[in-house]
Amino acid sequence: MTTPLLKATGLNLRFGAIPALVDVAIDVAAGEVVAIVGESGSGKTTLLRVLSGMMAPDAGDVLWLGQDVLAMGEAARRRLMRTEWGYVHQNPRDGLRLGVSAGGNVGERLMAVGARHYGNIRAEALSWLAKVEIDASRIDDLPRTFSGGMQQRLQIARTLVTHPKLVFMDEPTGGLDVSVQARLLDLIRSLSRELGLSVLIVTHDIAAARLLADRILVMRRGQVVEQGLTDRVLDDPQHPYTQLLVSSVLAA
Amino acid sequence: MSAALRTEGLGKAFTLHLQGGTHIPVLGGVDLAVHAGECVALWGPSGAGKSTLMRCLYGNYGAGAGRIMLRHRGADLDLATADPRQVIEVRRETLGYVSQFLRVIPRVATRDIVAEPLMARGMARDEALDRANALLRRLNLPERLHGLPPATFSGGEQQRVNLARGFAPFYPVLLLDEPTASLDAANRAVVLDLIREAKAAGAAIIGIFHDAEVREAVADRLFDVLPQQDAA
Repeated sequence: MTTPLLKATGLNLRFGAIPALVDVAIDVAAGEVVAIVGESGSGKTTLLRVLSGMMAPDAGDVLWLGQDVLAMGEAARRRLMRTEWGYVHQNPRDGLRLGVSAGGNVGERLMAVGARHYGNIRAEALSWLAKVEIDASRIDDLPRTFSGGMQQRLQIARTLVTHPKLVFMDEPTGGLDVSVQARLLDLIRSLSRELGLSVLIVTHDIAAARLLADRILVMRRGQVVEQGLTDRVLDDPQHPYTQLLVSSVLAA
Repeated sequence: MSAALRTEGLGKAFTLHLQGGTHIPVLGGVDLAVHAGECVALWGPSGAGKSTLMRCLYGNYGAGAGRIMLRHRGADLDLATADPRQVIEVRRETLGYVSQFLRVIPRVATRDIVAEPLMARGMARDEALDRANALLRRLNLPERLHGLPPATFSGGEQQRVNLARGFAPFYPVLLLDEPTASLDAANRAVVLDLIREAKAAGAAIIGIFHDAEVREAVADRLFDVLPQQDAA
């Protein structure tokens, strides 16, 4: 049994009268893809933000390799976010620098962890653009000239170039063409297989969760109502809400 | 020598919360034991719970009662209580399942789908792809299709992709749900050979075979799956 990279227990958070997180516990092991599903407002994104130290809970602990994330200073947390973690935002414009070229967006993360040789940085940026299927000829273009799907792939390249151990993904395929979604799903999965990357992904796309995730957590009103092996939770759901969620999906 | 797979008092019922909590018992008191090199055919009328039993054995459905003891890494492991990470490890190394449906990420090439479980065990990519191509050819899937995603394939072609994926790694315990349902005679013969070879190599096989010829050709014995009384 490997010890989890990330381990959170007893997370509670209220926004006024609204319970956003109720006694949530979660852990993620190396190389594991874990999906958090649930309807809008169920607390999925809040959980991701708390786990990544972007938001403080009212109670609970978040440990990264045994280290207390919530007690960490802002500088230490930022360093973690540049090195061992990555965060892929739902809206790629939140994760990209729009005034910097595509190559610059990827290279910047490398420079932030100490890369200085321009030729190496550009070569690495090119190789990552190829991995996410962005044509090399676009390396000097600004991301605002890219389509939404290309921006999302660029954000993923920018996030993964520094080889993080864990990537938080908030609805990474939301609002994209289905053909682009499929390409992204394949990319995320093969990277987790090949690089041993752990992924914690928030999605309302049950079909995507089935294909990507080893484990799944179902959230409703801030609570994890059911969790386990992905195909078992989806094919043999126990909780009434999970049964509703699964039976509401359109089969393609 | 202990069985490769053994169930003790295995039971399964479904509670449909969206239908007013309707309780449907499907399996009860199932005691099944399958040894290495043996093929057991599940036998019973349609709706008796054969597929439900298969899904319980794979961990796709959670067991409601009893134990599912599986020989894994030289020791017995109870799949009924194993945690998700253990089930994933068991599926990678010990337990294979060829279902009737192919469920894959869109746009992934057929040969990659077949090679994936091999690479998950640590086989080098080139070797895994060679093995995938060879098995697909053996199942009469022409080379020109290997690089295409199977979404547009016929039912029989998709079934053969599923079979190649299930037989490529050699699982010590293999579950086959209607493995020849959509196949013509020539391909059925290939599948029979694959099953015989797996048995000879020591695999314990549990299958649902509606085709009597196939069943008689590979099954060493039948295991009765009886419909449960609808409990009031």
